[in-house]
Amino acid sequence: MTLTKADLADLLFEQVGLNKRESKDMVEAFFEEIRTALESGNSVKLSGFGNFELRVKSERPGRNPKTGEDIPISARRVVTFHASQKLKGTVEEEYAGADA
Amino acid sequence: MTKSDLITNLAARFPQLAIKDAELSVKAILDSMTEKLAARERIEIRGFGSFSLNYRPPRLGRNPKTGSKVEVPEKYVPHFKAGKELRERVNLLE
Repeated sequence: MTLTKADLADLLFEQVGLNKRESKDMVEAFFEEIRTALESGNSVKLSGFGNFELRVKSERPGRNPKTGEDIPISARRVVTFHASQKLKGTVEEEYAGADA
Repeated sequence: MTKSDLITNLAARFPQLAIKDAELSVKAILDSMTEKLAARERIEIRGFGSFSLNYRPPRLGRNPKTGSKVEVPEKYVPHFKAGKELRERVNLLE
């Protein structure tokens, strides 16, 4: 099952003891803080989990795949995520464990 | 922004809570996301993005020191795809 904001809010209610309202607001605020930092041009480094970084991509030629028409893809700023060694390691280990 | 900045900012948003609660919340959220990916499942946060796993097939690599061939086993690596709201807010030229 996919993990969603509702699952995270349940977790804060059960594990941290926030009330239902606070749990929901805390999850929303958690992701909003990250969005705000990125929006204002700051990278976000969450040790043990990973880093969210910004990359500026310059304009490049593109094509409308339906019509074949040439249209430039405008310059843009995008978010990239780099998992920490710890997260990568955990994901791999679990897999090796499941295999054995 | 680091994890401790994030905790400080969240604590400021919830003046009725102890700083400890913001700290425990951040830890609980990140631990839960890590466990989910370790269990080979997806995370989908509306307006933020989704985390999934990309498969890397086994390959023959080389030990850069000795030059000998080594079998690199198949593995999964975490992947993030920004959601619509995040993509639009971050893009300079929206």
